Amino acid sequence: MSIALPQTLNKALEPFLIIVGSLTVSMVLFGAFVASAGADPFEVYQTMYRAAFGTSFSWQNTLIRAAPLMLTALCTALPGYLGLIVIGGEGAVVIGGLFAAIAALAMPSAAPMVVLLTMALAGMIAGGMWLMIPGLLRHYRAVNETISSLLLNYIAIALLNHLVTSTFRDPESLNHPSTHHIGEANMIGLIPGTDLHWGLVFGIVACVIAWFLMHHTVFGFASQIAGGNVRAAQIAGLPVGRLVLIICFVAGAAGGLAGMVEVAAVHGRANDTLNANYGYAGILVAFVARNNPLTIIPVAVLLGGIRASSGLLQRAHELPDATVLVMQGIIFLVILFSETLYGRFSRLQKQGVS
Amino acid sequence: MEAGWWGVLIAVLGGTIRIGTPFLFVSLGECLTEKSGRINLGLEGTLVMGAMTGYAVSLHSGSPWLGVLCAGLAGMMLGALHSWLCSFQRVNDIAVGIAMMLFGTGLAFFLGKPYIQPSAPRLPSIDLGAWSDIPQLKAALQINALFLIGIVVAIVLGWMLKNTAWGLKVRVAGESADAARALGLPVDRIRIMSTAQGGFLAGIGGSYLSLYYPFNWSEGLSSGQGLMAVALVIFARWQPMACLWVSLLWGGAAALGPSLQSVGITGGYYIFNAIPYIMTLAVMIITCSPRRTLVGVPHELTVTR
Repeated sequence: MSIALPQTLNKALEPFLIIVGSLTVSMVLFGAFVASAGADPFEVYQTMYRAAFGTSFSWQNTLIRAAPLMLTALCTALPGYLGLIVIGGEGAVVIGGLFAAIAALAMPSAAPMVVLLTMALAGMIAGGMWLMIPGLLRHYRAVNETISSLLLNYIAIALLNHLVTSTFRDPESLNHPSTHHIGEANMIGLIPGTDLHWGLVFGIVACVIAWFLMHHTVFGFASQIAGGNVRAAQIAGLPVGRLVLIICFVAGAAGGLAGMVEVAAVHGRANDTLNANYGYAGILVAFVARNNPLTIIPVAVLLGGIRASSGLLQRAHELPDATVLVMQGIIFLVILFSETLYGRFSRLQKQGVS
Repeated sequence: MEAGWWGVLIAVLGGTIRIGTPFLFVSLGECLTEKSGRINLGLEGTLVMGAMTGYAVSLHSGSPWLGVLCAGLAGMMLGALHSWLCSFQRVNDIAVGIAMMLFGTGLAFFLGKPYIQPSAPRLPSIDLGAWSDIPQLKAALQINALFLIGIVVAIVLGWMLKNTAWGLKVRVAGESADAARALGLPVDRIRIMSTAQGGFLAGIGGSYLSLYYPFNWSEGLSSGQGLMAVALVIFARWQPMACLWVSLLWGGAAALGPSLQSVGITGGYYIFNAIPYIMTLAVMIITCSPRRTLVGVPHELTVTR
C-alpha cells in the first residue's frame, strides 16, 4: 500500500503537469496573438477573468455555458475509451432537442413532471440512436467514424431545419422558424436560490455516472481493453461490436440530453439555435480532459468561462467575437502536441517505478 | 412547365461546374496529402482561411488573381503547421485535423471581420455560351478560369504521381514509412511538403468561394466542402483524374436544391441541400468494407485502418 500510493499519485501527476503546462503555453501564444492584433494581453486576460469568474453573475453565466459542454464532451470522451474519435456531438444535441420538443408537443395535457421525463427520455433515445449510426458503420462496414459522425452533424441540422419549416412549424414563428412552444408549465425551473437551471446538475451527474461506468464496472474495464487492443479483446471473447454500439448510444444519449435541456430550460422550442456549436466545443473539452469524465467537469467550466467572456472582450477591447474561437483553436493544437510529451520526463518515470 | 424542367437541368449542369470547382481543388489537395500517408481533416479550416485571405487581398490590391495566390499561400501555411505537428510521435493526424478545422475557421472569422461588408473585385469568367440565345444556357456556360486550371492540375498531378521520381517518393512514403526510410527517404519531410502543397490547393479552392461563387465573404461561406473532400478522395480511389469526375458529380448534387428552388419547388429545400452529405455517407458505406482493403489505398493511411 505504501508503494501503491505514490505510484498512483505519480500517474495522476504527469497528465496534470502536462495539461497545466499546455494551458500555460496556450495562454502565452494567445497573448502574443492578441498583442499582434493591438490589444494588451494582460488586460485581455484580466477582462476574461472578470467576465468569466469575477462576480457571482459571471459565475452563473459561465456555469450555464459549462453545463451543455459537460454533456457534449461525453459524446467524444466515451467512444475515446474504445479508441474511436467520434465528433458527432453537434448532431446528437440537435436531434435530441428536436425529438424532445416533438415529444412534449405530442402530450399537451400531461402533467409537467411526466412531460419533462418523457422529453428527457425521447431526447436521450434519439441522440443515442443517432450516434449509434457511426458506431454501426464503423463496426460492420469499417467506415471511418470521425468522418461519418461529422457528416451526420450536417444531416441532423438539415433534418431539423426541414422539420421546423414544414411539419412541425409554428405558423406564428415567421422570421425564425420554430416548433410550437412546449408550454411555460413544462419548462425546467431554476435551482433554488440561483439563476441557474437544472442542466448543470444533469451535466455533473452524467459525468459522475460515466466515470463510474468506465472506471468501476466490468463493462468499463472491457471497453478499456477493447480500446487498447481490439484483437486481444476479441481473443479474450469480448463482444467488441456490442461494446461499440452501447458506448456510442450512451455518448449520444448525453448529447441528446443536452439538446433536451436547451429546449426545456432555455428556448422552450426547437429551432436552429440548437445548433450553437456546443458539440464542437465539447470535442475540445474531451481532448483537454483526456477523455476522463471527472476531469471533464472542471475543463468544461474553464471553457464555459472562456466562451462567456466573448461579449465583454468585444465591448472592452474591440476584439471580434471570433477571438475565443482562436483561443480554443490554439489550446486544442497545443494539447494535441502535448501528447508527444508523455513518458519523456525521466524523473517522473523513475519515481513511478521505485 | 416543360421549359421549367429544362431550366432545372441546365441550372444543374451549370451548377455542376460552378459548385464542383472548389470540391475539385480541395479533393486534389487532399489526394496529394493522402498519397503521402497523412490525412488532413483540417481542410475545412483551410478552405475558410483561403476564402477570407483571397477576398481581403483582392479588396486591398484590386487584383483577384493576387488574392487567389495569397489564399494558396495561407492554405500552405496551415497545411505545413498541420503536418509539422503530426510529425511528432503519438500526435494523431485526425485529431490535429479537427483542431485545425476549428483553428482555421476561428482565425478566418477573427481576421475577416472587417471584410464582411465591402465588395471585392471578382474573378473574371470566360463566356463559352456567347453563341446561345437562351439566357439560362448562357449563365450555365460562364466558366471560371480556375475550373480549367483545376483540370490541368488534375492531369499534371496524376501524371507526376505516376511517372516522376517525386511522385514515386510521395507514394513510397504513403505505402510504407519503413520502406521509405530503408531507401533513405526523409518521410516526415515528404509528408510535410505534400500536406503543405495540398493546403495550397485547398486554399485556392477557398478563394474560388469568396471571389467567384457564391462571391462574398461571410462566416457561413463554407459548409463542409473541405470535409467531404476527404471522403471524395476515398471514392476517387486516390486518382487525381477521378477526383475531377467525382467533384463534378458532387457539384451537380449540391446544385439540385437551389435549381429546384429557382423554378418554385421549395418543399424539402433543406433536404435537397443535404444530398451531398447523404451521398458522401452512402459512398463511404458502399466502398468501405471490414474484410478487404480498398484498391489504391496508401497503406500508411490511418483513415482506412
